[in-house]
Amino acid sequence: MLQLKDLISYFETNGLADNIRENDVLFPLIESVHVLSICLVVGSIFAVDLRLLGFASIHRSVSSVTHGILPLTWCAFVVAVGSGSLLFISNVTKYLGNGYFIAKIFLICAAGLNMAIFHGIGAKNLPQWENEARLPLPARLAGGLSILLWVAVVACGRWIGFTMPAG
Amino acid sequence: MMEVVLRDFCKWLAATPLSNTIQTTGWIIPTLQTIHILGVAVLFSSAILVDLRFWWLLQRDVPLPDVARRFFPAIWLVLPILLITGSLLIIGEPRRSLLNSTFYLKMALLAFAVLLTGGLQWSLSSAPKFWDKDRGRRMAGQFAATVSILAWCSILFAGRWIAYTQAG
Repeated sequence: MLQLKDLISYFETNGLADNIRENDVLFPLIESVHVLSICLVVGSIFAVDLRLLGFASIHRSVSSVTHGILPLTWCAFVVAVGSGSLLFISNVTKYLGNGYFIAKIFLICAAGLNMAIFHGIGAKNLPQWENEARLPLPARLAGGLSILLWVAVVACGRWIGFTMPAG
Repeated sequence: MMEVVLRDFCKWLAATPLSNTIQTTGWIIPTLQTIHILGVAVLFSSAILVDLRFWWLLQRDVPLPDVARRFFPAIWLVLPILLITGSLLIIGEPRRSLLNSTFYLKMALLAFAVLLTGGLQWSLSSAPKFWDKDRGRRMAGQFAATVSILAWCSILFAGRWIAYTQAG
């Protein structure tokens, strides 16, 4: 059975992983792309969350705000996952042994779940209330929860750097 | 000469009680960095959303001056937070940035980007059609937006690179 262990050792003996880990320019470069894309993901999601909470863009409908902003979020998210994966495979064992890394992955999944629940349940009657400044409680809850989760994601990301010695 | 003054200043700064607190309390630096990055996220996204509107890429249903009015104020709101957290990080580890040429590059780029952003905001608030008068103006606006995107990206890159170019 091909296990996670095999996958890990595959990445660790892979030349790509060595290159990323040892190269003086490649690691910071990928890391910079990762930070840049995460900033776009988090910042653009905040703009949508603030609309849901009724703190910003209140004169625009929810769908106008999401259609105008979320394409940027998704593009940046793809880049963040790609660059994050490259950083991950450069040192799989160390990342998997880091509690903040595990927490970060779970928090991203939780943020995705929160979004899915809002789309599936909270936004059912969206056309009826999306133009109002003050939205129904489920929408405000989804926005508030999203902000908290993404703040936690960024915090965990930063803590990984402090709990995982380089090399 | 300048270098000697800077080194002495770093030594003095690192010996202050505030710097000592930041150095010896483990959670302060990552916390400051987290707040700093969250501020960067808001600033950078706001700038990019306006810049992309110059290119008609997003929020086509909203006039450019409205997009600018919605997102530029966020930049000025978080900039002081970035300056405060950034300054505290410098006080905690003076040598990391003050003796690092990448840091000065970042500050120069920041000054340029702030002026450019202020200029774009001023032009749009004083004349909403400023970048929409003719083909030349539209192209000039797109050029300015592109320069803005490049400037902010460079600032983020330089920020990350400070960690890799610090003096030993």
